[in-house]
Amino acid sequence: MGEVLVLVDHADGRIRKPALELLTLARRLGTPAAVILGAGDDAAAIAAAAGDHGAATAYVADAPEFADYLVVPHVDALTQIARTAGPTAILVTSSPEGKEIAARLALRLGSGLITDAVDLEADDSGPLATQSVFASSYTVTSRVTQGTPVITVKPNAASPEPTSTSCRIEHVTVEFSPATTGTKVVSRTARTASGRPELTEAAIVVSGGRGVGGAEGFKVVEDLADALGAAVGASRAAVDAGWYPHAHQVGQTGKQVAPQLYLAAGISGAIQHRAGMQTSKVIVAVNKDPEAPIFDLADYGVIGDLFTVLPELTERIIAHRG
Amino acid sequence: MSLKIIVLLKYVPDAAGDRGFADDATTDREAVDGLLSELDEYALEQALRIAEADGDTEITALTVGPDDAEAALRKALAMGADKAVHVADEAIHGSDALATSAILARAVEQTGYDLVLHGMASTDAAMGVVPALVAERLGVPQVTLLSEVVVENGMVNGRRDGDSATERLQASLPAVVSVTDQSGEARYPSFKGIMAAKKKPVRTLDLADLDIEADQVGHAGARTAVETITARPQRRTGTVVKDDEDGSRRLAEFLSANKFS
Ligand SMILES: Cc1cc2nc3c(=O)[nH]c(=O)nc-3n(C[C@H](O)[C@H](O)[C@H](O)COP(=O)(O)OP(=O)(O)OC[C@H]3O[C@@H](n4cnc5c(N)ncnc54)[C@H](O)[C@@H]3O)c2cc1C
Ligand SMILES: Nc1ncnc2c1ncn2[C@@H]1O[C@H](COP(=O)(O)O)[C@@H](O)[C@H]1O
Repeated sequence: MGEVLVLVDHADGRIRKPALELLTLARRLGTPAAVILGAGDDAAAIAAAAGDHGAATAYVADAPEFADYLVVPHVDALTQIARTAGPTAILVTSSPEGKEIAARLALRLGSGLITDAVDLEADDSGPLATQSVFASSYTVTSRVTQGTPVITVKPNAASPEPTSTSCRIEHVTVEFSPATTGTKVVSRTARTASGRPELTEAAIVVSGGRGVGGAEGFKVVEDLADALGAAVGASRAAVDAGWYPHAHQVGQTGKQVAPQLYLAAGISGAIQHRAGMQTSKVIVAVNKDPEAPIFDLADYGVIGDLFTVLPELTERIIAHRG
Repeated sequence: MSLKIIVLLKYVPDAAGDRGFADDATTDREAVDGLLSELDEYALEQALRIAEADGDTEITALTVGPDDAEAALRKALAMGADKAVHVADEAIHGSDALATSAILARAVEQTGYDLVLHGMASTDAAMGVVPALVAERLGVPQVTLLSEVVVENGMVNGRRDGDSATERLQASLPAVVSVTDQSGEARYPSFKGIMAAKKKPVRTLDLADLDIEADQVGHAGARTAVETITARPQRRTGTVVKDDEDGSRRLAEFLSANKFS
């Protein structure tokens, strides 16, 4: 079986969950090989974690370029590794940067590109990718017909399954192209962590919309989220009003989430919002307007004031837990 | 020195309509009315603001799309773009992002540019990769997904609000930029703008004008193939209760029955 390159997403010296999902999916297609770029001294620990999810090889490269410049250093590294390793497929996480890296890589390799896969299967003619399109109103399967398939995969496409593999580290020295230094990262200000789960990775998301009425109103949303161990989301109307940070926006121009449970409070359910949450397993809506389109999607809906329903629900959940 | 800005605009089916696929598995562009992709209006808006800050600027709106796509260019001209380029050719139908980027890059080069502005993603394909591909093909820096952009002294400076950090980015011109819907609301065309747009030039190009072989693009050049298309099954109708009928208690029971709490 051929090698399947997985560009490993990592932050603060740790492998991120989407990378474990990709390694799990890669095992369906061949032997996973992790590509770990710019991880410094943490590369060995990240490689070991990748091994625990099936990576037989870790291609490790480190250079200041990976942090100082955007996108192209990663493309240079992956192109070089792909040209020597000759993989049967290349998988990258579907983050905005991941998609840009994958696209430029596909162009350099003369390969076809599929973005935002939500599932991957192996068959005789290579990987078959499933995508959800037009605000999730259609499911499409497609494949790459030219070159080494380059596929970006959304978070939550699979659950990470551990398997013990001893991971051999191969150090790579990347020859950066002149284009590498084109876009300089002048400064990077880390956002303060909320302590809640990552929006795209959370099993439960509680979101607030215009109905929350103001920044203070998000307290009831956060309290419920904390009782459920959930991430907090927001509609664009709430974000545009400045009530909640943009990083929490769910929808077409925000995050696309597919949790086990999505609870929408004070959100009408516009098509652009649905584009970001429609594939959630269970959808719950709280809205005072019985005509709100969100009820068409909801597995469970409560017609009522979120300022009564949410705090009561939070209390019940806490009481129930005892 | 004058600054030449090209804004890349896509004509897309209205997301509010019932979007679907044509028989050849491409986006159906007949069944639903088209419009200028809302997300590309943000790019045009930034171009107009740059022009307002620096008088000596020329803005060209450029689209690759069917005949109807001229409507997107007319709107851009009404909003304030100076001229427009429309690349249309039967053979383009069915192009993937890689092919589209080849056509766009060639048209951009032929038009001449200092700055190429994109929206963050098209609202139909929603891949968000064309800006990076155009930058790769042109061999110039990409400064993408900016929520703030400043062009000054031959440099682009921008702010990119990522998941875990906010980054300040910098590149020298010529460059390729994309902007998010956080960059600032787009203006409406004024009556004067609409009248003036009628006199502004729209240049139409085909593949031969761009020296691109027909088999490099469209269905012939596509590097991916669709196998199946399935309409998503309607979600089963759920239970809706009124709060004055004990809504929160019943919702709490629903959550606990489904092991969420
Ligand atoms: C190109 C484009 C991209 C977009 N991208 C996104 C995106 O990524 N994400 C997104 O969310 N939107 C997006 N939008 C905007 C989208 O079209 C809607 O405008 C937006 O989702 C509306 O947010 P909302 O549901 O919070 O507000 P509204 O539509 O105003 O709905 C508020 C709801 O709250 C209810 N309500 C009010 N008070 C209470 C109360 N006390 N208790 C209970 N219910 C109450 C009301 O009945 C109403 O249903 C985009 C739009 C465009 C054009
Ligand atoms: N056919 C097209 N014509 C002009 N611009 C396009 C076209 N397709 C994509 N673009 C530009 O590229 C951006 C990203 O598109 P996409 O990668 O398809 O999501 C859009 O917001 C447009 O600015």
